[in-house]
Amino acid sequence: MSVLIIAEHDNNILKSSTLNTISAALKLSEDIHLLILGSKIENLCKNTQSIHKVSKILKCDNEKLENFIPEIMAPIVSNIAKNYTHVLTPASTFGKNLLPRVSALLDVTQISDVIEILSENTFVRPIYAGNAISQVETNQNINLLTIRPTAFDKCEESGGSASIEDIEFLNTDTPTLFIGREVSKSDRPDLGNARVVISGGRGMENSDNFKLLYELADKLNAAVGASRAAVDSGYIGNEYQVGQTGKMVAPELYIAIGISGAIQHLAGMKDSKVIVAINKDTEAPIFNVADYGLSSDLFQAIPEIIKELDLLNKIES
Amino acid sequence: MKVLVAVKRVVDYKVQIRVKADQSGVETENVKMSVNPPDENAIEEAVKLKEQGLAQETLAVTIGDDKAQDVLRTSLAMGIDRSILVKSPNSLEPLAVAKTLSKIIEKENPDLVLLGKQAIDDDSNQTGQILSALLNWPQACFISDLKIEGNKLFISREIDEGIEKLETNLPAVLTCDLRLNTPRFASLPNIMKAKKKPLDIIDISTLGIDTNPKIKVLKVEEPPKRKAGIMVNDVKELVEKLKYEAKVI
Repeated sequence: MSVLIIAEHDNNILKSSTLNTISAALKLSEDIHLLILGSKIENLCKNTQSIHKVSKILKCDNEKLENFIPEIMAPIVSNIAKNYTHVLTPASTFGKNLLPRVSALLDVTQISDVIEILSENTFVRPIYAGNAISQVETNQNINLLTIRPTAFDKCEESGGSASIEDIEFLNTDTPTLFIGREVSKSDRPDLGNARVVISGGRGMENSDNFKLLYELADKLNAAVGASRAAVDSGYIGNEYQVGQTGKMVAPELYIAIGISGAIQHLAGMKDSKVIVAINKDTEAPIFNVADYGLSSDLFQAIPEIIKELDLLNKIES
Repeated sequence: MKVLVAVKRVVDYKVQIRVKADQSGVETENVKMSVNPPDENAIEEAVKLKEQGLAQETLAVTIGDDKAQDVLRTSLAMGIDRSILVKSPNSLEPLAVAKTLSKIIEKENPDLVLLGKQAIDDDSNQTGQILSALLNWPQACFISDLKIEGNKLFISREIDEGIEKLETNLPAVLTCDLRLNTPRFASLPNIMKAKKKPLDIIDISTLGIDTNPKIKVLKVEEPPKRKAGIMVNDVKELVEKLKYEAKVI
């Protein structure tokens, strides 16, 4: 039995979420097929051949696939999915946009945001912003799963030698036109897989103050995140939002600064290994999930932390 | 243009939910219920389109038992013109919800369908995408900005990397992000007026679709609790704990 993974990538490199999804698939099978739909993906496919346990890459290369329009991708995916019992893709905005459309074409119910695979037909997924955990069973011929990347480690990127098979491009006419993408450029680690994440909330007061957070993030080689309140207030872009309707993160260290800790925010970060909360409101619910809490004015605390870290580095060097 | 909005009745977002003792699900009896938050954004957008003169008629649809009428009354109080309750004794999976909506859409012929991007109870994030595939209409998910000129839609949608801009045509299915707009509060006079607006009831069995579940819930549990942490006195202690106790920096 082989398992099919729909790869998330940017036509040049594979996103790490795909590697997490392959790990999840390895709970089902030792034989992984990777479906890569995109434009000018020759190099991408070649660079992907070595991934552990991937035996075959199904490549569909067409300029109309450059921007991942689901109306065009879904019929191609559903056509190939018919040959498999399990089809997995990351529960990122890429997977969320695409897989339900495939499920409609195949007339199966997709299982979203899987965090554990118990058997070939039993899966675990969070509901109610992770405040309840649901174990579900299905007897469908095809299992369509989106996988929460933070729930599975990345798979090995070496050791495999996959063959590459070209898949025919089936055209679907759609009036949908891709116009552009506004992507924030940053040298900091990616929020989804950084070892340390530092998030700011409404307490940051404005976008200028986030510079303090960036300075601290750079000391710790951390990614920066934010609560919905901070994003809604325009302090920082939507791609930084951590929570039920934003991104899920599970770093080794999560530092919540000026974040009260609404359940919707906790949904996105409570699987972090160590949680630190800094807030001047001692009653803030964020302290209920924090391993270390500091009741302090963040505008005092952040510069002090930076100073302490510098001191620590000096002692070590 | 006619706009159809799909709304779901869910446990209010401020409620700390409780898992039932028999692990069969989450307690919804005697719990405050509300319109699913991103569905409120869909309602708001439809009402705005009407106010701008772009929509001539707005319609809200929900699926559920009699109690689900309250989310339709809320929709009407926010400014939706009329509403339909599709009466179903069971809660449905997203595929069945989308099939039900597609039957209503066949009858009602809207030009634009708006939904919330996900329901905050089962967090599936599927219905809009499935619906657009069933209808073979364009889809745009997680939208945070919408402009309509004639038949053309100009859309910004929130993706993991930032913002994506799309253009497409009516008819279309759009799923709304919380940042699309700020839903209005229904004023008391509008709540009174909403009581007189049309609310039709259709029994789901008359639609001729298979709504049987394809997934069986074996059990619902509480997530593992985090161990209680400690409060540190100052930054120095915090940094020391992170360095020598937690060993994460």
